[in-house]
Amino acid sequence: MNTKTYKPLLIFIAFLFLTLFLLLPLLIIFIGAFSQGFEVFWYSITEPAARHAIFLTLLVVVVTVPLHTLFGLSAAWALTKYRFRGRQLLITLIEIPFAVSPVIAGLVFIILYGVNGFLGEWLHANNLQIIFAVPGIILATMFVTLPFIARELIPLMEAQGSDAEEASLTLGAGGFRTFYHVTLPAIKWGLLYGVILCSARAIGEFGAVSVVSGRIRGATNTMPLHVEILYNEYQFAAAFSVALLMSLFAIFTIVIKQVVERKQQLG
Amino acid sequence: MKRTLPGFPLSFGFMMFYMSFIVFIPLIALVWYTMGSGWEAFWNAITDPRLFAALRLSFSASFIAAIINGVFGLLIAWVLVRYDFFGKRIMDGMIDLPFALPTAVAGIALTSLYAENGWIGSLLAPLGIQVAFTPIGVTIALTFIGLPFVVRMVEPVLRSLDQETEEAAGLLGASPFTIFNTVLLPLLTPAILAGMTLAFARALGEYGSVVFIAGNIPMQTEIVPLLIMNKLEQFDYAGATAIATVMLALSFLLLLGANILQWWLSRKLGQKVVDSSR
Repeated sequence: MNTKTYKPLLIFIAFLFLTLFLLLPLLIIFIGAFSQGFEVFWYSITEPAARHAIFLTLLVVVVTVPLHTLFGLSAAWALTKYRFRGRQLLITLIEIPFAVSPVIAGLVFIILYGVNGFLGEWLHANNLQIIFAVPGIILATMFVTLPFIARELIPLMEAQGSDAEEASLTLGAGGFRTFYHVTLPAIKWGLLYGVILCSARAIGEFGAVSVVSGRIRGATNTMPLHVEILYNEYQFAAAFSVALLMSLFAIFTIVIKQVVERKQQLG
Repeated sequence: MKRTLPGFPLSFGFMMFYMSFIVFIPLIALVWYTMGSGWEAFWNAITDPRLFAALRLSFSASFIAAIINGVFGLLIAWVLVRYDFFGKRIMDGMIDLPFALPTAVAGIALTSLYAENGWIGSLLAPLGIQVAFTPIGVTIALTFIGLPFVVRMVEPVLRSLDQETEEAAGLLGASPFTIFNTVLLPLLTPAILAGMTLAFARALGEYGSVVFIAGNIPMQTEIVPLLIMNKLEQFDYAGATAIATVMLALSFLLLLGANILQWWLSRKLGQKVVDSSR
């Protein structure tokens, strides 16, 4: 179809739309962060409450991402290397957290582990606290980010089949050795992107964490919650400074995606 | 002879245990709690006029956002697949920003832009248009977070179409608009609809990017997830779980719809189209 005549117009509309909806918001974060100078920016990301929020966010990532990696690899192995009834259904079920509102993702853990929840009394009797504490924040984040690594790996391993693994086994290698030397190298780029995307989402999760956190400054505040508090206190420069840190990781995620896509195209 | 790969019990067992612990049991607990709270509590919660107002806002804003994303998502996918131009890779990367950027960050950025003294808000204020703290603001936030769905759903389909039919139609004298309407659009419709359904479903549940720009005025700019939050803050667990259960049912219906559309899509094209959204 000869659409050459429309080419400049269509590209212009696309850029205009993306500038309005994506570029300007990104730009305002950068400008907002430095609106009161570099020193305010630096102070905002190094003062004790900010440092604690960064620490807690990293803690959440360090617990969530390795466990999800293990899950993603298990799920992809079980769901692509074998054929059984209900396989397709399970692949769909993994994506359930995408369909659930983040607020509900937090709510379910309050119902289970909160004071009035199903296990609330038992937890209280044993001096364990999950809701309004770090374990709740981690659980809510895990709910929301569960699909990310698995959904990168499943289509990859599905496309690759299992001939290479079968050959390796026939040649006498064990199961784990086959996985490590045959399967893993073939999926490493997809796995890397899944891990980075999962980290980005774990860092940025707001709704679910907001429900279970209780927002105790210096105790249960993650970076997004810290940004919310600063913004509601009209400390805009400080809010945008912490927001900028998270935005940089988001941009890093996108760059990794582009690199991985190029690697996969090259084979 | 084909050998069966080892590790099925281990990998399957771990997967099921993990999903049950993190997702299934918590969701079942929610529904269980709703049923345990009794019919009356459920009925009171779901017939609250405030919920009706919130549902109306959530549905209409999500719907308009999905339409905007359907139109511009198709246009952007077209530009990315069919044209080469300076800045194409940057444009491609930018599309993923709403997936990668924390929702709260998007929320404060959009609010600052569209507030009365913001870059865009100050241009619209003299025209009498207020965006922040109105349903228009909610729609803009939902357009932002739904943007990648249609683009990433339409792109692979557009790439997989061979251009012979279009060229033939062109040789026969059809105008670009006729070709687009009669040759391309029918093939792309399932993908556009699937992308819009996913964007719509995501928008219904969205919280972080909306709460800042919405202003959260009861009966006016209050979205459904915020209503759940309010009930929780008042320790009205029965009310919160009732609304959550209704929303959950709606989300599953939408997810089912998106899956049916994707199945229709792959059958129509005779191949598996992997969506690269999210």
